[in-house]
Amino acid sequence: MPTLETTFAGIRCMNPFWLASGPPTNCGEQIMRAFDAGWGGAVWKTIGAQVTNVSSRYSSIDWNGQKIMGLNNIELISDRPPTVNLREMAEVKHRYPKHVVIASLMVESRREAWHEIVQRAEDAGADGLELNFGCPHGMNERGMGSAVGQVPEYCEQIVGWVKEKARTPVIVKLTPNISDIRLPARAAKHAGADALSAINTINSITGIDLETLEPRPNVDGKSSHGGYCGPAVKPIALNMVQQVMSDPLASLPMSGIGGIGSWQDAAEFMLLGAGTVQVCTAVMHYGYRIVEDMGDGLLAWMRRKGYESISDFRGLSLPKMRDWQHLNLNYKVVAQIDEAKCIGCELCYTACWDGAHQCIHLDRTLAAPDTTRTPAMVAAESSRRISTTPIAKLDLNGDGVSGRDVTPLERIPRVEEEHCVGCNLCSLVCPVPECITMQRVDTGLLPQTWAERVEAGDGAGSEGVGKCAGS
Amino acid sequence: MLVSMSESTNFFSRAQGSVEVAARFAELHPALENTAAVTESQRCLYCFDAPCTAVCPTHVDVPKFIKKIASGNLEGSARSILDANILGASCARACPVQVLCEGACVMHRYNKQPIEIGRLQRFAMDALHASGDPLPFAPGADTGSRVALIGGGPASLACAAELRRRGVKAEIFDARPLPGGLNTYGIAEYKLPLAESLREIDLLAQLGVEFHFETVVDAAKLAELEASYDALFLGMGLGGIHKLGVVGESLQGVTNALDFIAGYKSGTIHAAPARVAVIGAGNTAIDAANAAVRLGASEVHMVYRRGSEQMSAFAFEYEHAREAGVKFLWHVMPVGVAGTTHVHGLELAHMETMEDGSLAPKPGETFMLAVDLIVVAIGQATHTEFLDRMPAQDGDKVRLERGRIVIDRETGQTSNPKYFAGGDCVNGGREVVDAVADGKRAGIGIAAWLAGQRQKSQKPAGGDDANA
Repeated sequence: MPTLETTFAGIRCMNPFWLASGPPTNCGEQIMRAFDAGWGGAVWKTIGAQVTNVSSRYSSIDWNGQKIMGLNNIELISDRPPTVNLREMAEVKHRYPKHVVIASLMVESRREAWHEIVQRAEDAGADGLELNFGCPHGMNERGMGSAVGQVPEYCEQIVGWVKEKARTPVIVKLTPNISDIRLPARAAKHAGADALSAINTINSITGIDLETLEPRPNVDGKSSHGGYCGPAVKPIALNMVQQVMSDPLASLPMSGIGGIGSWQDAAEFMLLGAGTVQVCTAVMHYGYRIVEDMGDGLLAWMRRKGYESISDFRGLSLPKMRDWQHLNLNYKVVAQIDEAKCIGCELCYTACWDGAHQCIHLDRTLAAPDTTRTPAMVAAESSRRISTTPIAKLDLNGDGVSGRDVTPLERIPRVEEEHCVGCNLCSLVCPVPECITMQRVDTGLLPQTWAERVEAGDGAGSEGVGKCAGS
Repeated sequence: MLVSMSESTNFFSRAQGSVEVAARFAELHPALENTAAVTESQRCLYCFDAPCTAVCPTHVDVPKFIKKIASGNLEGSARSILDANILGASCARACPVQVLCEGACVMHRYNKQPIEIGRLQRFAMDALHASGDPLPFAPGADTGSRVALIGGGPASLACAAELRRRGVKAEIFDARPLPGGLNTYGIAEYKLPLAESLREIDLLAQLGVEFHFETVVDAAKLAELEASYDALFLGMGLGGIHKLGVVGESLQGVTNALDFIAGYKSGTIHAAPARVAVIGAGNTAIDAANAAVRLGASEVHMVYRRGSEQMSAFAFEYEHAREAGVKFLWHVMPVGVAGTTHVHGLELAHMETMEDGSLAPKPGETFMLAVDLIVVAIGQATHTEFLDRMPAQDGDKVRLERGRIVIDRETGQTSNPKYFAGGDCVNGGREVVDAVADGKRAGIGIAAWLAGQRQKSQKPAGGDDANA
């Protein structure tokens, strides 16, 4: 039977699911309810000199009917007195001794201030300390949060101060608002940090009210850039975690953060090296109860894959990430459309013509393949066609509409495999699972990377400057 | 009576429905609430060359208008609909979407639940009507050409709108006191209330379409119109419902489906008696039977000489009638109507299929169905005889086939180049949306033909005319 029990930077964890420092970990009462729901650990909402928060604080982006694809907040660190937070922390640890409580800390950049807060947090029973070098709004204007995380030298200095005092593991929380996240990570490691957590939130403006022209969230008619999180940031977070974990000078035990809300998300962060994961937005959206499926689903997957513990699969995808120059240029896939599954929406067709490489065609019922017929020609032909309402029993054989369950052949697109570059786009837009699959074709060529090609002295001249798909 | 643009038309305010009838004819497909409409619109896959659009006779760009609902651009959504179908509001309610757009939806092959296109279209059109804005089109620059349109139903209305958008004067002649033809008087009230049809036509009046009501166009009148207009559009629909041809048919309590439906819609019929028989099994027969139930009849029978598998009503209409409690008598034919002054029975004969496939009543076997009202719905006759009586020169006759006007499908032009036609008088009786599509093509066809005529007449004599 696989287990979710794990050890992170020396901290024993009943499971790898921690609540990230934020509104769900604002007070002891919340954290105890979260532990009851199944969370293995909680990073207390950042403790530091008491602040005043604004109203309102959050804004979000919905997408096509889905609420909170991305969430933005301009809430600062805890606005409760540190004494209250620490008293409650002691109580939580007393009542839940096996659960992990991490104190997230942020104080002014003075050695004594850090020494003092470390001492107080550890005295309250914290299992570890997370240094908040990431908060991108408000606190950075006071020389804290991301103002520290963005300067590797500051990062290294403060980690050094903390390590002078700390008896528990020190986790440095990294900001993504930086060109190369490895630099502060290296600084933290160099200064003796025990672990890292990434990512904190990303600077953002979620939107503007088109009636009032006021950006969101609205504080008396004005707004301020906030920290972006939620499902939308997961790909950015995965990339940053991978960058750090693939860098020998930076990699440490990693607590993955960023858009995690399901067991699949958690598994992905772990496959890129995370030992625990932290969740905030998904809990803000759906409550603590989501942890049940995170554990249940992850265990089921581990059983299917034959993994006994998290360490069996942690980091297994890291070697599968590499620089572009080391990808095999002679690998080729082409799109294949399963005619039996195709529903005839033709989204792959329009995507390929307008967004890709014009190699999907609507010519199955034409006398001969026609790769020159454009979408405009197809649409024009349809608009000229005269349609009439069918009269039952006169125009139709059956109960109303013929072939409603069978896609007409003329609506099933055809891939011109010779022209297909294997970009994946059609398979991404297709609404039907497993309808468009990318099939490997044998190029008859041995694997060769760009780096190898340059080394061999060919290719550099003819394609010296690569085209960038995104530009 | 001429109602011109300058007068206040406001047909909507002249709808005379009864509150009681309105209560009994609650909408079959109620309006979508805003959140529901947005959620439903987001479900649309946004197909390319969408089958829902292709199958629509007017080719409404369905994904386009639906995505505009999703984006909150309701004004643009309504304009997208109206650009293809000027009667988008009534079609949203009256169309048999199950066999049109929603029947063609790819979702049938995906998660089995088609997008509610009809209700979404209604949502966009309701929003336009609620805004009080006019149609999002302006009349074209005046060309000086004038067209008379015979019949005020959907075909003529759609044709007139296209003409106005192209700067052609459009005058509609109709025998009834209100415009809309069957759109106003013939669609089941639980689908399209009479007032809603009128509301939509008010917008067309604002576009400069003119109306002559209570004007019967016969051969003489048509000749008069031909002399004073540059082109004519024939959109008079079909004629009366066929007679049963049995004894007792003229008794009180025998009516036809069109009169029955028009009667309750316009407020002259408020209730149905207890026992009603509807003869026929088409969509109109179903509408009449359902109406009888809603008007208080306790026992409604539909009488059809063939079996359920041969009925011409859509399957979903048949289901609707069954759910309403209508009973069906298959393979029977009326052979007599019993009664003294008022009908009290319908004599029916069982039918049998002969060796050659034809139907014949079984000899000697008849039975009596006790009824208080008989509604005949066995199809409409054509109404084109007056065209045959036109004093036309050789070759200028409007060609007919089995009473239907023959047209060029793309332009609506008849064998007489000055005459165009569309709707039921051409297709023998289909849906509102088919009439709109016919009228739209004809409106574009007429404007193009008139432009050609004007060009010809501007050329010096002895030019092209020599070829004419």
